[in-house]
Amino acid sequence: MPEAVTLLVNGEERSLEVEGRTLLVHALRDGLLLTGAHIGCDTSQCGACTVLLDGRAVKSCTVLAHQAEGREVTTIEGLAQDGELHPIQRAFVEHHGLQCGFCTPGVILTAADLLSRGRSPSDEEIRHALRGNLCRCTGYQGIVESIRAVGAAS
Amino acid sequence: MIPAETRYARASDLDHALELLAEPDAKAIAGGQSLIPVMKLRIARPSLVVDISRLDLRGASEREGELHIGPLTTWDELIGAELLRRPALAALGECARGIGDLQVRNLGTIGGSVIHADPASDMPAVLLALDARLRLRSPDGERELGVADALVGPFTTALGPQELVTDIVIPVPAPGSGSAYASVEHPASGFALAGAAAFVTPEDETVAVTGVGATPFVLAGDLADAEIFGDSFAPAEYRRELARVVADRALSAARERAREDR
Repeated sequence: MPEAVTLLVNGEERSLEVEGRTLLVHALRDGLLLTGAHIGCDTSQCGACTVLLDGRAVKSCTVLAHQAEGREVTTIEGLAQDGELHPIQRAFVEHHGLQCGFCTPGVILTAADLLSRGRSPSDEEIRHALRGNLCRCTGYQGIVESIRAVGAAS
Repeated sequence: MIPAETRYARASDLDHALELLAEPDAKAIAGGQSLIPVMKLRIARPSLVVDISRLDLRGASEREGELHIGPLTTWDELIGAELLRRPALAALGECARGIGDLQVRNLGTIGGSVIHADPASDMPAVLLALDARLRLRSPDGERELGVADALVGPFTTALGPQELVTDIVIPVPAPGSGSAYASVEHPASGFALAGAAAFVTPEDETVAVTGVGATPFVLAGDLADAEIFGDSFAPAEYRRELARVVADRALSAARERAREDR
């Protein structure tokens, strides 16, 4: 039996009906038409569905929509402000941090969590943080350079 | 993949959670990082998921010579806990840093992971080495179980269906103690092919291993005599050798740390 759940998505209160089993990623994609969180696997491994839940990176395919009740969800659609790309997004453009782009929303939100922890991360820390985000195009070098550039600038 | 149909209920407090768990196929969910993946594969098909994640059972504190870790403490919170920075307790953070990935560590909880009882789970080895006990609560009352008694087989615990972990209790180590965790991981899953936690005190040395048997266990005597599990990824003899290597690494790191601890 579907029940109402209210989430704070990208700064806006959004209510929708979800089943007990509905995963957050499906609530975002199918319920709120926020398709930036991608589904790249069925096994909670690829990280393409990563969003921020109360500011921390989580795999939205491994959270029940009901568990996010009343909490802040940030998707890739919520990063740019007033038509200006977020600094991480800009760095990915400048440092060739993406090719096909499928994993990119998840990678950027993981990076947002890492960079919110208040210090400029080393390459080793960046790679450790990216362990839950699979990229099949870039070999990660461009991704690491993009994140390093934002860390160094802040 | 989408889990099988289920209902969802959020527990408002511990008693409410225990009451909801009276339903025969109900299952408690905390961080969900072990449960949701198996629900998606439909290996687990609970009729009701009881969300305990908002109960006040998180964080680390020290009282009367014992360290208390709330079972809902996430890996990320465990890594950040000031109280656990001591060389004697360093294995906890060291082990937590290697678990899953950033996203999993942000949600996954120590209590949920231990009670999932994956035979290759990392943290139970550390808890065994540190002689941790689980405080449990059910409608029948409270009891305590050592981690070795709680984990009875692969994905099987001694907990009743209406029983929850309410506290993880570790004796505060004597000054001059050190602990460490070392593992060799399966490259795809990240779970331990062999993991070892060592705890060194001025009087004693304890090593516990994981990933190599039906449950993690404290090493008593030689690894050559231990019953070791093998599969297509790592046959038993290879795992035995890996266990020896990681046990040595953990033990030397723990001895080193014991010299820094006060």
